[in-house]
Amino acid sequence: MNKEIYKKIYGLQKKIRYVEEKISSNYKDYLMRCPTHLSIGQESVASASGLALNNKDIAISYHRSHAHYLAKGGSAKKLFAELHGYEEGCSKGIGGSMHLIDLKNNFYGSTAIVSNSIPVGVGLAYSLKINKQKNLVCIYIGDAALEEGVFYESLNFCVIKKLPVVFVCENNFYSVYTHIKDRQPQGRKLFKLAEAIGAKSNKFNQDNPYKLYLKFKNIFHKVRKNPFPHFIEIETYRYLEHCGPNDDTHLGYRSEIELKNWKKKDPLIYSRDFLMKKNLFNKSKVDLIDKKIKNSVDIEFNSIKNLKKPNFKKIKELVYKK
Amino acid sequence: MNISYGQAINQALTEEMRRNKKLICFGLGVNDSLKFFGTTKGLEKKFGSQRVFETPTSENAMTGIGIGMSLYKNPCVMMHQRLDFFLLAMDQLVNSAAKWHYMFGGQKSIPITIRLIVGKGWGQGPTHSQSLQSWFAHIPGLKVVMPSLPSDAYNLLKDSIRDPNPVIFIEHRWLHGSEEKKITKEKNKIGHSKLLSIGKDFTVVTYSLSTLEMLTIKKALNKQNIFFDHVDLRTIKPLDMKIIKRSLNKTQKLLVLDTISHPICSIGSEIISQVSQDKSIKLSKQPLLITLPDVPSPTGTFYTKDFYVSKKNILNKIELLLNRKINIHFNDNIKHDVPNLNFKGPF
Repeated sequence: MNKEIYKKIYGLQKKIRYVEEKISSNYKDYLMRCPTHLSIGQESVASASGLALNNKDIAISYHRSHAHYLAKGGSAKKLFAELHGYEEGCSKGIGGSMHLIDLKNNFYGSTAIVSNSIPVGVGLAYSLKINKQKNLVCIYIGDAALEEGVFYESLNFCVIKKLPVVFVCENNFYSVYTHIKDRQPQGRKLFKLAEAIGAKSNKFNQDNPYKLYLKFKNIFHKVRKNPFPHFIEIETYRYLEHCGPNDDTHLGYRSEIELKNWKKKDPLIYSRDFLMKKNLFNKSKVDLIDKKIKNSVDIEFNSIKNLKKPNFKKIKELVYKK
Repeated sequence: MNISYGQAINQALTEEMRRNKKLICFGLGVNDSLKFFGTTKGLEKKFGSQRVFETPTSENAMTGIGIGMSLYKNPCVMMHQRLDFFLLAMDQLVNSAAKWHYMFGGQKSIPITIRLIVGKGWGQGPTHSQSLQSWFAHIPGLKVVMPSLPSDAYNLLKDSIRDPNPVIFIEHRWLHGSEEKKITKEKNKIGHSKLLSIGKDFTVVTYSLSTLEMLTIKKALNKQNIFFDHVDLRTIKPLDMKIIKRSLNKTQKLLVLDTISHPICSIGSEIISQVSQDKSIKLSKQPLLITLPDVPSPTGTFYTKDFYVSKKNILNKIELLLNRKINIHFNDNIKHDVPNLNFKGPF
């Protein structure tokens, strides 16, 4: 792996974190008036997988999708505009935080109902295959997706038709405020469920995003060459509340210690230290990378402040394609 | 040689599959021994198993999968032998198919056609006979098509397949055997009703099976010197109110036969609502609506006799509308729960 890749992976994590922090710190102005699920803490999975995908590979995601959208190449400015409800947003301000799209980079969309985008991704994969495209579909899901029937229905179809699909399951343990131990039997392994349906299945660790990138790269390569569904489970953790910009440990459904322990092994800290420890970049260079990213995110956020208010009359025409 | 409604569907599918090499057909039963009531006969042989395939019994996922294919390059025709099974797919239909074009700012539409068959008689009962066009029509983003005659089935299925939006195409099982001498070809008829007959006495609005019910008593009514404007809706959404309103300006009397629907929030009640809100229409009689009762369909043959709408029920409403007695005796040798004498079940 060359220096540039290390920089890219680190930079993407950092960018996602800045974008999300920007949203979090400005949410209190009540200008982003939509339910917003932030990915702070989960950037490692999105960065490693997003960079391992080719531009022609398709990605599709769920309600907590800012990171996946950005990692596939989505514009931060269009994301900010979308959250503010402007026509310049990636979905013209109609979809909001939970309905992001960037067709230029083959991010086909994120949807809000748990597991809703899974079969859509599978259908895209069927089309890729019969149109003889050598690409794959990456379907991002959470742990609760495996509590929905449509996951099993879709995976079964993938296995029958040997489709080029990789499920990337971000197991962050909580469905809203309910822990997985209250939703699934103790000791169950999510990736084993997928294996039982017939997919190839692995569980990876998010701590080292560079290593994770290589693992994704390897599996994606295999799937493009010999289409077959793969399932990858990665345990991860969101630092902020389920939906919204704040810390929520006061609610009591999770402990401050639990949060603190996850923050201690923050992949972003790990990857930053790694760059310096391995002498890839010195501290002042890493600081410079940080600064550049922060500046560009700030500029993109500020650039949407003077956009024109859109008109409802115009979007009524969009219900049907003419 | 006559052509049946089922054959017309088969012909439309075959021609569209030939015309558009990207079009895909799937559903439980498309390639089984009965070939989806004969409507998918020959498709797999002609177009191969990548384009015409059997599916796992997974209605929700398969709808989403169809949406995914349609989003990429492959418009789809998906089918269900009974509408009731499609209820498992409401998330994909309502939250994805209907919304996609709009909620992502008009970037991609979903050209999917979903064929749903509605059952009646021979004990189809509470969960094999529901005709839920009102549900689908309620959702912005969907089109709902319900042809009554073979030519319309042929033309409108082609229109639906070529439409860039999701279309719910509902076929009543009892229509599959109905025949016409030949197909009359038309194009771009989604959203256009049709006037099947003309008369000054009243306006009757029908669709799907109720069109046939009205056609079977037409001659007898004409013999009694009763003539009427007969509007066959053909499309439920968009609803073509123009023909209805034009007709009502002449007849001032409205009867809606919504005989395969329950009464609350039905297409019939929607039509009457729209008519009553239109100041330019002056009715001389209160509008009348015939529907099934607000009760699920029973299964047993003794119950269904009174559950279904009979010719006698329709005649009674016409008498009420015209304020006169009509002497027609229906000497019907076909039982109330089969479409014709040849039908021996099971579905």
